[in-house]
Amino acid sequence: MSDLTISTPPPQDRLFGLLAITPLTRRRIENFRANKRGFWSLWIFLTLFVLSLFAEFLANDKPILVKYEGAYYMPIFSFYPETAFGGQFPTEANFTDPWLRERIATQGWMIQPPVPYTYRTINYRLDVPAPAPPSAANWLGTDDQGRDLLARLIYGFRISVLFGLALTLVSSVIGIAAGAVQGYFGGRVDLYAQRFIEVWSGLPELYILLIITSLLVPGFWTLLAVLLLFSWTSLVAVVRAEFLRGRNFAYVRAARALGVGDGMIMWRHILPNAMVATLTFMPFILNGSITSLTALDFLGLGLPPGSPSLGEVLNQGKDNLQAPWLGISGFVVIAAMLSLLIFIGEAVRDAFDPRKSLR
Amino acid sequence: MTDRPDAPLLQVRDLSVIFRARPTTPGAPLQPGDVQAVKTVSFDIVKGETIALVGESGSGKSVTAMSILQLLPYPTAQHTAVSSIKLNGQELVGAPEPVMRKIRGARISMIFQEPMTSLNPLHTVEKQIGEVLALHKGLGRTAARARVLELLKLVGLQDAEQRLNSYPDELSGGQRQRVVIAMALANEPDILIADEPTTALDVTIQAQILALLEELQSKLGMAILLITHDLGIVRRMSERVCVMTQGEIVEAGATAEVFARPQHAYTQKLLAAEPKGTAGRSVDGLPELAHVEDLKVWFPIKAGVFRRTVGYIKAVDGVTMTLRAGRTVGVVGESGSGKTTLGLALLRLQSSTGLIRFDGKELQGLRQKDVRPLRREMQIVFQDPFSSLSPRLSVGDIVGEGLKVHHIGKSGDDRRALIDAALREVGLDPAARDRFPHEFSGGQRQRISIARALVLKPKLIVLDEPTSALDMSVQAQIVDLLRDLQDKHGLAYLFISHDLKVVRALADELVVIKDGKVVEQGPATRIFDAPATAYTKALMAAAFELKVAESAAVRQ
Repeated sequence: MSDLTISTPPPQDRLFGLLAITPLTRRRIENFRANKRGFWSLWIFLTLFVLSLFAEFLANDKPILVKYEGAYYMPIFSFYPETAFGGQFPTEANFTDPWLRERIATQGWMIQPPVPYTYRTINYRLDVPAPAPPSAANWLGTDDQGRDLLARLIYGFRISVLFGLALTLVSSVIGIAAGAVQGYFGGRVDLYAQRFIEVWSGLPELYILLIITSLLVPGFWTLLAVLLLFSWTSLVAVVRAEFLRGRNFAYVRAARALGVGDGMIMWRHILPNAMVATLTFMPFILNGSITSLTALDFLGLGLPPGSPSLGEVLNQGKDNLQAPWLGISGFVVIAAMLSLLIFIGEAVRDAFDPRKSLR
Repeated sequence: MTDRPDAPLLQVRDLSVIFRARPTTPGAPLQPGDVQAVKTVSFDIVKGETIALVGESGSGKSVTAMSILQLLPYPTAQHTAVSSIKLNGQELVGAPEPVMRKIRGARISMIFQEPMTSLNPLHTVEKQIGEVLALHKGLGRTAARARVLELLKLVGLQDAEQRLNSYPDELSGGQRQRVVIAMALANEPDILIADEPTTALDVTIQAQILALLEELQSKLGMAILLITHDLGIVRRMSERVCVMTQGEIVEAGATAEVFARPQHAYTQKLLAAEPKGTAGRSVDGLPELAHVEDLKVWFPIKAGVFRRTVGYIKAVDGVTMTLRAGRTVGVVGESGSGKTTLGLALLRLQSSTGLIRFDGKELQGLRQKDVRPLRREMQIVFQDPFSSLSPRLSVGDIVGEGLKVHHIGKSGDDRRALIDAALREVGLDPAARDRFPHEFSGGQRQRISIARALVLKPKLIVLDEPTSALDMSVQAQIVDLLRDLQDKHGLAYLFISHDLKVVRALADELVVIKDGKVVEQGPATRIFDAPATAYTKALMAAAFELKVAESAAVRQ
């Protein structure tokens, strides 16, 4: 009986030799790779993001390692009073102080990060009034308060991406849950929830955000919560449609006939279908999240004053048209970041496109 | 081929079709990944005859038909240099597109399996047929209209005048197929290729369409190339038959001859594969397992601003029946008669009214949460083995899901042993556990579905057309498997099918349904031998003799 013979299984495919993956996943990865632009964008973006996660080692006014009188100090990690280096004050040592630098240089050495400023270090030894143009000391120049622009861009990039990721993650989880419940149960639940979302998304988003941010003390988490109020709806429609379709699949009915509970059916049988649509949308939602934070920062309603933020750099560029390095640098960073994410998003969309077979 | 006095209309010689995985120059040897769908096939079609191409899915019969019209996706598909298809001496292989366009729909036309998808849903009947006439004959509007009407009358469409402005979705499956045939006949072709023309239709409609094709052939004298997997249709319709498997014609000859004395092993297997035998055991004295009384599933029709219920679609309307342990109740009827809804309602997968008693317990009125523990005892196997298995779960996960839900088996090892046992019982290697559904054939997938139901050791399995999506030879295997499992475990089956041959092989009792109402009910042997109502008679005639009953019991 030829019907019963089973050929030997192909060896389990593994990603990077670790993660067991199905042939479908393998095909998607190949499709993703086939989109060269998206593939390289992913690597560039990941490199930049991982580097920015270690921003303290790249741009900091504290040295990474100090050797002073035979002892080693790591000021990035610990607090050292000035007295430790023979100074007078019990306050934290200021390694930009020429007196202290000279003292360390004579008694030992120190390794400084490539950019010897953090985002709030003010360079008091500028030859020109701030904003100072690019120079050997400040590679991209300084902003109008004498802070190093490169350092601010590095930290600003990090906070933008982290904020975007957090917002995307939370709003996706809420959006998927809402869409799943609506699509799966349908009927009255769906009807009322849909009407609510329609009314909700009809609210003038920007004005409400302005009002709320002027009432609350802005910070990373409050901004996240405020932006979440409106961003969670973006995935609902897609996920709801997938669940409406999925609940009538024969294997979903089969699961119901087995006595599987609603939650389990949604999680195990329908959600994987909805994930394709969700993952395809994700990079674009991430982009939107980053843009909304930048917009609020630009308006001065975003992160608290002094925080490194790309929106604030743009705002300074607008206020100081005589210092074009501000506007240009800010623009280049934001444009590059958003473009990379869009390219990645396109490649992800291609990868999940069932009509696109591997050539 | 035998010597025939009349020259063949169409001559197919050494036709091969290769589907390339990667672009290659024509004539290159087979590369890994390439598929040779048709291998040196030769046959003739003579004027006015019906020749059948029979084989299971994937045997290359449709690809052969598409090659005749040169409709394959070239250059992914390629013919070998020796391949030749001659229509009245004119070579079609590699013929330029303008030449082919004059032939398609004019001298050779085709009707497809699925009448819904072969009609444009946005065009009226008149427009669809009129298009063919305008293209090939350049008829004006009034002339075309008259011809369309004539054609619709020819194919026996009722109320032809009113149907001119109908859209495809306003027609039934049988009516649509008549429109498709009218389209194909519009230019009086020499050859009509019918690719599984009745597979998507009900048995009664199938008989009507077959009768129509025969009648049209005798009227118009065209040749028919009939492509089918159904041996019954071949026997009834064709004078000659070519049996195809794996791209090759393994046997050809006069139909009666081939059926009486099959030479090739594959033909013998195919002929032996028709589900045979009857069940028809007595049910007297057996304990009742499930009982429904006056079961109704009514879907409200709502209209108006306030969505008032103005009427009901009565999918199931007052069915009473009893299922007994170890026996099978067959439910038969045309599509849309409420068979599947009845099965779902019995399992409380569809809300209904009326009494449902299972194993002494009242199911009606229980909350879904309270029904869930009972699901272990009553299981269902669905029609389509391709959509009823979750593509992302391994076979072990699929079969083992019910075990987890019902907390059967203490440890993972216990459960694995149960899964292995169930797979072995349905005739699969337990190694299948770690594989995914897409790696299996239709028959194997249906076995997995049965294993999923069986692993819970249920008392009742609802079988919703479990064999309709399968090839004939696989059907017979599944029927045998189901019969063995019933004997071994004393299972009760509710067997839902429109295929009366399969039902006869399995059912002890029979329920005939039409429009949700029971037309006839009783022991299977009695009903099969002496159907009492006109509807059942029509159904039997259509299924077993492929004949249209005289009475008006069935609609068009």
